[in-house]
Amino acid sequence: MRHLKRMTVLALSTCALALLAGPANAQEKQMTIAMITHAQPGDTFWDIIRKGANAAAAKDNVKLIYLADPTADKEAQLINNVVEQHVDGIALTLAFPDAEAPAVKAAQKAGIPIVGFNAGVGQWKSQDLLGYAGQDEAVAGKAVGEELNKEGAKNVVCLDQQQGAVQLEARCNGIKDTFKGKSEVLYVTGYDMPTVKARVQAKLQQDPSVDYVVTLGAPFAPVVLDAITASGSKAKVGTFDMSPVAIDMIAKGNIQWAVDQQPYVEGYEAVDMLWLYATNGDTVGGGEAVLTGPFFVTKDNAEAVAKYAKNGTR
Amino acid sequence: MATTTESAGLAQPRRQYQAQAFWKRALKRPEAGALGGAILVFIFFWVMAPPFRQFAAFTTVLYEAATIGIPAVAVALLMIGGEFDLSAGVAVTTSSLAASMFATQVADSLWMGVVFALFFSLAIGAVNGWLLIRTKLHSFLVTLGSFLMLQGLNIAVTKLITGNVATQDISGMAGFNTLRLIFASNFMIGRAQVSITIVYWLLFIVLATWALLRTKIGNWIFAVGGEADSARAVGVPVKRVKIGLFMSVGFGCWFLAMHQLFAYDTVQSGAGIGNELLYIAASVVGGCLLTGGYGSAVGSALGAFIFGMTTEGVIYADWDPDWFQFFVGAMLLLATVVNTWIRMRATRGK
Repeated sequence: MRHLKRMTVLALSTCALALLAGPANAQEKQMTIAMITHAQPGDTFWDIIRKGANAAAAKDNVKLIYLADPTADKEAQLINNVVEQHVDGIALTLAFPDAEAPAVKAAQKAGIPIVGFNAGVGQWKSQDLLGYAGQDEAVAGKAVGEELNKEGAKNVVCLDQQQGAVQLEARCNGIKDTFKGKSEVLYVTGYDMPTVKARVQAKLQQDPSVDYVVTLGAPFAPVVLDAITASGSKAKVGTFDMSPVAIDMIAKGNIQWAVDQQPYVEGYEAVDMLWLYATNGDTVGGGEAVLTGPFFVTKDNAEAVAKYAKNGTR
Repeated sequence: MATTTESAGLAQPRRQYQAQAFWKRALKRPEAGALGGAILVFIFFWVMAPPFRQFAAFTTVLYEAATIGIPAVAVALLMIGGEFDLSAGVAVTTSSLAASMFATQVADSLWMGVVFALFFSLAIGAVNGWLLIRTKLHSFLVTLGSFLMLQGLNIAVTKLITGNVATQDISGMAGFNTLRLIFASNFMIGRAQVSITIVYWLLFIVLATWALLRTKIGNWIFAVGGEADSARAVGVPVKRVKIGLFMSVGFGCWFLAMHQLFAYDTVQSGAGIGNELLYIAASVVGGCLLTGGYGSAVGSALGAFIFGMTTEGVIYADWDPDWFQFFVGAMLLLATVVNTWIRMRATRGK
């Protein structure tokens, strides 16, 4: 019995020693940063953001906690969760600014620096975030509207895969702002491709004068091409964001262009900004958002971009 | 008062069965109500939306209906057998992921991938059925569990194997063209493109109807769903029937999965969530009872057809897209109310 007790004491003290020795031996204390997004599970785009964040975390010797939920209250709850974990910094998407505001305040009160990325370009300043990395969706939408004018389009359909998502609405509204012809929104429900095909087909049959379809996500562009063939329409296709398939199709000339917001850079910058602030007190952007897009991928530069897209980083 | 008229109505047709007119008997079929609903919705959009009147629009609607209807045929059989399957929507994605990844990462052959996915889907069905029998839980709970687990597996395993959340493009692999011809080809009738899935769908409806009405297994399915204990007492192999029904749902999911894989080349691992409710809704709109023991395969097809007409019809009618889901919901409700009304009138013997 006594022997056992002595063994336990010995074991416990060794553990305690090891714990004490651990941080002292490491070169510096590893930072923990939480990344919180409104990603839909299984979405290629968000995966690229995460890869960028992981790359920055590896380079900066940061431990990264990645959490995501596509609903407002749950994303806010995730912020509270990581505040309780006493992380050293939070990178978040302000997709639901009002719902997240109380949690953001609580985190700031706890002294945790926060940067925004991807969503919330209009709100990050008023919520006192340190910085913001992303695309101004309205600016990107307007750029697409100009491009459509240049190509002489008359009647455009904006294909929105998530009704009610602010950043997607901003794109379609941006197009409407600068585009001189008729533009209309068509909603589909996520990645159910047969439904996407059937609905686009129906729209093209309903209005045969549609001459351009802009998809808000790259996986939809090839499906829209199918629908165009099936309905005998002559419409062209352009897309927001990218995918390896879409780039191939741009190189072949089937899709006209893709508007890249460079999600890898968004994830990377968000983590790196927090690291710079923690280690050197730096802020990035000079009080303005760090814009990661829009970058137009066209037939001319598709080949150069393609090899990164194949790696799943663009 | 209501009960007396009902019992009288139930007793009468037995006695007069031979003497009844064909249309009277037809009206008493489970799918009669759904047929009424479908005709109503069809006329509605025919009047409201001029583009809906072209033949090409009809084939577009049928395509949408077929992609719901193929799993829904099997789901209808399962519901007649008294069980639910909430995992069917995600299981479609699981199956196409399994085929794509097995083909690209393991076997380097698309045919092997397709066969692997078939066994995998049947296995998921068998596991659902086996869990149901072993745990004696309601199928709602068992398949809710497998629904969530598959959802996680789809994303986690895809990421683990491919490093991305979507599978690789398989369109360059050997055998792709043949398989696309089988699962996802299109042919033209006049100027309208018709997907081969519509043909398969009709075939499955005929097969399922024949099995339900003309075979011993069909009787077993009705018996198991109506009163499982009595069915067991008269020698129906209840467990095997239930596992078999879950496996047939697996087959339906596999078939649709192969269509999606070869029609769209890559698979997003997050797809399919929510479709299980459409399959169940199509069956219920088509006359299946939520409690089991009653329903038909043709009904599930009509349910899917109503859903296809509604979702496409709203676009053909060019209604405000912000209201899209509202219109779809309202039309479905209307169709279901009409169909229940018709069924009630028919079974009352009026």
